[in-house]
Amino acid sequence: MAVLLRPPRRSCSRIAALLVRSACVLFLVFFVCAASAARRDAVEGNNDTSHHPHLTNSTAHHKKPFPVLSFNYDHVRKPFEISLWILLALLMKLGFHIIPTVSTVVPESCLLIFVGLLVGGIIKAIGEEAPILDSKLFFLYLLPPIILDAGYFLPIRAFTENMGTILVFAVVGTLWNAFFIGGMMYGVCQIEGAKLADVDLLSCLLFGSIISAVDPVAVLAVFEEIHINELLHILVFGESLLNDAVTVVLYHLFKEFSQAGTVTVVDAVLGVVCFLVVSLGGVLVGAIYGLLGAFTSRFTSHTRVIEPLFVFLYSYMAYLSAEVFHLSGIMSLIACGVMMRPYVEANISHKSYTTIKYFLKMWSSVSETLIFIFLGVSTVAGPHAWNWTFVVSTVVLCLVSRVLGVIGLTFIINKFRIVKLTKKDQFIVAYGGLRGAIAFSLGFLLTNSEMKQLFLTAIITVIFFTVFVQGMTIRPLVELLAVKRKKENKGSINEEIHTQFLDHLLTGIECICGHYGHHHWKDKLNRFNKAYVKKWLIAGERSTEPQLISFYNKMEMKQAMMLVESGSAAKLPTIVSSVSMQNIQPRGPARRRAIPSISKSREEEIRKILRNNLQKTRQRLRSYSRHDLMIDPFEDLSEVRFRKQRVEMERRMSHYLTVPANRQETQQVRKVCFEPEHQVYTYDDSDSTRGPRSSPPDAVSLLSESPQRPSRRGDGELRAKDEQEELKLSRCLSDPGPKKEEEGDG
Amino acid sequence: MGASQTHSEYQYLADKTGFSLEQIKNLHKRFQQLSGNEDTISKENLDSIPALANNPIRKQIIDAFFDKRNQHQEEVGSFEEIGFEQFLMVMSHFRPPTLKTTEEEKEALRKEKLRFLFNMHDTDNDGVITLEEYRKVVEELLSKSGAIGQEAAKAIADAAMLEVASTNVPHMAPDDFYEGITFEHFEQILKGLEMESRMHIRFLDVDTTTMRCGKSTS
Repeated sequence: MAVLLRPPRRSCSRIAALLVRSACVLFLVFFVCAASAARRDAVEGNNDTSHHPHLTNSTAHHKKPFPVLSFNYDHVRKPFEISLWILLALLMKLGFHIIPTVSTVVPESCLLIFVGLLVGGIIKAIGEEAPILDSKLFFLYLLPPIILDAGYFLPIRAFTENMGTILVFAVVGTLWNAFFIGGMMYGVCQIEGAKLADVDLLSCLLFGSIISAVDPVAVLAVFEEIHINELLHILVFGESLLNDAVTVVLYHLFKEFSQAGTVTVVDAVLGVVCFLVVSLGGVLVGAIYGLLGAFTSRFTSHTRVIEPLFVFLYSYMAYLSAEVFHLSGIMSLIACGVMMRPYVEANISHKSYTTIKYFLKMWSSVSETLIFIFLGVSTVAGPHAWNWTFVVSTVVLCLVSRVLGVIGLTFIINKFRIVKLTKKDQFIVAYGGLRGAIAFSLGFLLTNSEMKQLFLTAIITVIFFTVFVQGMTIRPLVELLAVKRKKENKGSINEEIHTQFLDHLLTGIECICGHYGHHHWKDKLNRFNKAYVKKWLIAGERSTEPQLISFYNKMEMKQAMMLVESGSAAKLPTIVSSVSMQNIQPRGPARRRAIPSISKSREEEIRKILRNNLQKTRQRLRSYSRHDLMIDPFEDLSEVRFRKQRVEMERRMSHYLTVPANRQETQQVRKVCFEPEHQVYTYDDSDSTRGPRSSPPDAVSLLSESPQRPSRRGDGELRAKDEQEELKLSRCLSDPGPKKEEEGDG
Repeated sequence: MGASQTHSEYQYLADKTGFSLEQIKNLHKRFQQLSGNEDTISKENLDSIPALANNPIRKQIIDAFFDKRNQHQEEVGSFEEIGFEQFLMVMSHFRPPTLKTTEEEKEALRKEKLRFLFNMHDTDNDGVITLEEYRKVVEELLSKSGAIGQEAAKAIADAAMLEVASTNVPHMAPDDFYEGITFEHFEQILKGLEMESRMHIRFLDVDTTTMRCGKSTS
């Protein structure tokens, strides 16, 4: 232990990482031993009781001492093991980020697979049976959180603008991949000396359909770390989501056929019909649940605590319901999230929104970690049938078919796109076609046979190749090719105004041009939404609130919250600016506001009163109940108007102090205003009007509750914090009241 | 008009505005439709398009067509009526970039589109968008929203102006007055929107007049 005290700080983190790692390994070994020991005990215990029932009866009178401590592992076995696995996974994830160099070079997914391999190796070495990525576990528990997280936060604008392209890539691209790989693999299997003669065409096609789909989990895991621009991200990611329908149909189709043995034209037509049913049906189911969820959230204003649960449960039900009918669960989940989100967000409280966001991120993070670790473990565990020809040709064909598919499709798509896809874009789209755990699980669902092991081996190899090789090299390639990166979204109100303005402008120009274009339909949908749908699904007066105003309110609230929270310590992430409303308002004679300077004692009095007022506002909310959230001023959106006024009032109070010497009142807070620090004007009785002279800062700032503020006098370089507060506070919008009064008195 | 004369006219227009001959032909048909087969259209012709009635910034759009500044000829003021050439000139601001557009051309395209937007806001042509003008813009945007719109419009415009000022001129002394948004500041604040990829509509090469939508009353 003493060793820890001596080394310098920079190796402290390394030692910490090392400790974490060894702790994990120890954990694991302990748990495996415990598991096996418990299993042995249980087995022996059963044997005992079954073989010696008489013996226990006869010894019933023999009294044992009262057991103070006993060991009963069976009782908690299952939840214990699950928790231990999850804990292990998360500790690993923690460990990676403590070591800085590794996580920048290698994507997290690779590291996790590697850890899985390690763990699998340990388990196998001990002689235990390792858990495999069970398909049921994967499809029902591990996959939905990731998809819901992706779907709920899908950037709708980018998605719908590129919908055509995404659909072409997803449907046509996947079909092309499946048939190309399947066909070519059949050709490869026919080669003499490959020992693959028993793999028939339909099996090859089945294999092709499993391996062809781009995997959303892998794409998310890798692309999230490289931050490319929104267009490319949405293209690859959208494709990985929408190709689920194609995969489902092809998989079931070929599975049925490979058992039947023959294909007819009718079957092919039915296949197409099935595809339409699966995809549209999935979307429909999702949309229905989404609307239900939105409608329910309209009434939750009195039970804010359970709001997030509605979102999660409705979405999960949508997924499960779609799976019941063999519709596309992923598309259903996406449709549910997309449908629900605008209405739910208008209805729920701010805290619920944060809860939803963080729970989704948390669950999807855990799921992703577990998936990759299990993938590693399953690799070590499962029976393998390695065939060089098969595996290598699979990998090569996957790459080739992806590249050809993307190039060919882009050539066609560019004829219809306005903003064309460049060669760089095509390369990234092709290179980002990663395969992942969905392929593995689908392969795992195949019936046991020689071919299954062959297929699984090949699938795992492809997954490893794409995740390791492509995943690791995509980041340097992105930098090498200077692909446009994601721009920082600062939520600028000017951009929002102009986005809306552009929408209307382009719709108008389309009208003048005389054809129904993209904007025309979007406009029609918006108007339909506003006129009918919003009334039903959004509670209260927010149903009539235009989007610009919602955006503005959101921004205001965010800044008001930052303001209150920052108080004295926090850093505000905005630029330092000394601009205030003073600089913007058109100058007029009314601006010659001048105040008499106040005496220090008076200042103290006023400061005290205002501080008390603010504290009273906060203290009122301290009553606690286990099932109620306290009505926080910034939580309940329905009270936003009232709270906004209060915050505005407090802002005004902190800005304009125009109490003339002869006024006595202090309680009418509304009439007391403070000048911002550097803009105090002193007024000489001798001077008649102009020439406001800046005096050293002498005003009171409302938020000076922190005692450590040094004197403000002559502080040339105004602290950044103050200025930022000033900037926020100076949203003192059009408040002519007090000025006019003081003008008369002054 | 003889066919060859029209063709050479079209060619001249194609060179000037960058549209293809097909597109110009279609737009000419639309122009004839709007103007009632006259040579010029007036504001009333555009006003009477039914589909435009729902547009909150209808007036600004129509005014933009008659604004001399959008003709790139260094004139100011507005026309009473415009001919087909002027109509096309305004429409050309909405062409998308092609695969062959270089980076410099994209920059120029973006500037041109931003200039168009700037002219729409700067109604008195003093080179800056003042607070009053900006307030008017936001008011128009929210004009279909009734009373809520009017109150909030002022607040939003003020906040937006403040944002422009603080982004572009971070350190202003208390006495300074921010006159208004100049074109450079306008460019700066809208840098993130990538105008050259967003401000465009699809000009079809097929005949658009067969789709009966938004036809004028004639």
